[in-house]
Amino acid sequence: MSRTIVIDPVTRLEGHGKITLRLDEAGVVQDAMFHVTQLRGFEKFCEGRPFYEMPNITARVCGICPVSHLIASSKACDAILAVKIPPVAANLRRVLNLAQLIQSHALSFFYLSSPDLLLGMDAPPEERNILHLAHTHPSIAADGVALRQFGQRVIELMAGRRIHPGWTLPGGVNEALNAEKRDQILGMIPAAVAAIQRTLGWFRDATEKFSAEIEVFANFPTLFLGTIDDRGLAECYDGSLRVIDSEGNIIAGELEPARYAEYIGEATEPFTYMKFPYYKPLGYPGGTYRVGPLARLNLAGRCDTPLADVEWRRFRAMSPRPLLSSFHYHQARLIEMLHAAEKMERVLADKGILDKHVRATASVNSLEGVGAAEAPRGTLIHHYKVDENGLIVWANLIIATGHNNAAMNRGILQVARHYVQGDEVKEGMLNRVEAVVRTFDPCLSCSTHAMGQMPLTVEVRAPNGSLVREVRRG
Amino acid sequence: MSPEANIRTLTIDEVDVSARADQTILEAAREHNIAIPTLCHLEGLSEVGACRLCLVEVKGARRLLPACVTRVEEGMEVTTHSPKIDRYRTMVLELFFAERNHVCSVCVANGNCELQSLALRLGMTHVEIPYQYPQLPVDASHPRFTVDHNRCVLCTRCVRVCGEIEGANTWGVMGRGAQSLVITDLKEPWGQSETCTSCGKCVQVCPTGALFEKNRAGMRTQKHPEFLPYLRIMREGEP
Repeated sequence: MSRTIVIDPVTRLEGHGKITLRLDEAGVVQDAMFHVTQLRGFEKFCEGRPFYEMPNITARVCGICPVSHLIASSKACDAILAVKIPPVAANLRRVLNLAQLIQSHALSFFYLSSPDLLLGMDAPPEERNILHLAHTHPSIAADGVALRQFGQRVIELMAGRRIHPGWTLPGGVNEALNAEKRDQILGMIPAAVAAIQRTLGWFRDATEKFSAEIEVFANFPTLFLGTIDDRGLAECYDGSLRVIDSEGNIIAGELEPARYAEYIGEATEPFTYMKFPYYKPLGYPGGTYRVGPLARLNLAGRCDTPLADVEWRRFRAMSPRPLLSSFHYHQARLIEMLHAAEKMERVLADKGILDKHVRATASVNSLEGVGAAEAPRGTLIHHYKVDENGLIVWANLIIATGHNNAAMNRGILQVARHYVQGDEVKEGMLNRVEAVVRTFDPCLSCSTHAMGQMPLTVEVRAPNGSLVREVRRG
Repeated sequence: MSPEANIRTLTIDEVDVSARADQTILEAAREHNIAIPTLCHLEGLSEVGACRLCLVEVKGARRLLPACVTRVEEGMEVTTHSPKIDRYRTMVLELFFAERNHVCSVCVANGNCELQSLALRLGMTHVEIPYQYPQLPVDASHPRFTVDHNRCVLCTRCVRVCGEIEGANTWGVMGRGAQSLVITDLKEPWGQSETCTSCGKCVQVCPTGALFEKNRAGMRTQKHPEFLPYLRIMREGEP
């Protein structure tokens, strides 16, 4: 008798998701589907709004990474104005994006994933959360809280508030940075760097315990896509896109983000609201690629800051080829945090960072604009078309999580085939199915937060739909 | 008539006050630092009594009266705050919020909006009336300004300032009731209006984000309607 296992909701990720596993008569997993069960509708309800409202509106896509949307959207609006924004404005946005990357990575690593990593995948579910970690590993939990606070505090200092700041605008930002705030941020960086290095230290040791997970956590060849600067080094605010294959060959070197539609296609599947972007020249699903920390570190020449480069070399030395297991997203996230803190320091040390001319003004000079930047989870693309008065007539948002959709689905199948077999449905097995999704740090809704305590129901159903067995937790 | 004969004495919230016979309850109250919430009222413009937020109780009157257009009378006993009045005012606010699409979080006027401030001040915690979600247009044809009817409360401040102070009479009102729209000229796109002088007074007096400056969107800027009384004095001084 074939069966279906449903994991609903999937916990400790951002937003609401559901997993369905289809088992054949022998109890072997035949298919796995990751459903994103909510529709946000931003692309549609933005129609008719003035383009200059888009940064603020689209920031509401996500309460965790509003800054990423602010930046991609502001860049799309810059393109509609057809202006080159003042260099200081670009650098201020860059610092804001780095702060965002640090706080979001801290959330993903410490709050959502570290319970699995420190307590083990088989630990009781009621213990696998950040609050329990505060008892068992207080210094690690404290580092996690401090790093998230650091990122959020920088955002607050620069942009006025932590969540949904309205600071970036078409043409630049709305306020210059002053010396006092800059010095305050610079003063916080050394402690953040130390906390990230401590974390990298224990995580490297802990990784050895997870060789089985590394082997099957979305460990397969795909392409990787991410942003690089003009020297081919890691870059998160502005640059060109690079695509590499699983052997590390650069198959597209300097793609212009504004022409994404020529090389990125979006497929749809009936079981989820999330689209499946793919690299057009290889078709769907052959053109499946991954984005985000792992992709960025796989494809960049190096990081471009001293401490992060040491870690990057060590990371890449694990394999002569690009690292293919998504388990390595965790370590990549930590290295990126280190890089972000160092880069932030470098950009803020520039004398020009206090320049007062922070915005270019213009009216509509182009009826179309694309803005792309690296969000914590990967490349984020906003694309708008406007009428001659600047009202949005069409919008397309490619959210970072979407790029990883096909890889996440395949990853779930791989893990499920390895761990879920037959009648026995164990908590630890299901947690591994969820944990592979968490390595990608998907942001599904992207504004609701589910942490450990949410109920999880597994239903085993007969082909006629009748419930054979139910496992419930929470 | 001697100046003394022109004075009326009345009580507002049990305080004895005196006012000129041509003053309204609102003017008398404000002169005595008694707060009455208003939205369509703006010092320097004529009164229309459109928003109904300044409703007060007058002893002997069978219904609540708008303080902005009710003249003081000898011996009047006015109450500006009571559970009934508070309930009516909150309901009026809820009607405003339900009637059009007021989404503060993404509004250009967020933090500098009179409707938002009133909701906070009067303790409007939620809206019980079902939202109407009308599909209303945005006119961004003017090079500097935009009108977003989704955020308009039909206070007609723009209409009055344009006619009474600027003298352009560009703004008017079309339609009836909740379907009314403020329009420029004969509903031409604002950018094609032949009468608009682009002076921007309408933008400065608009209490919400319905009228705003394109380049200031997202700049957290305050509007400045306080210039009006001075402009009015200047106009009245003209021959």
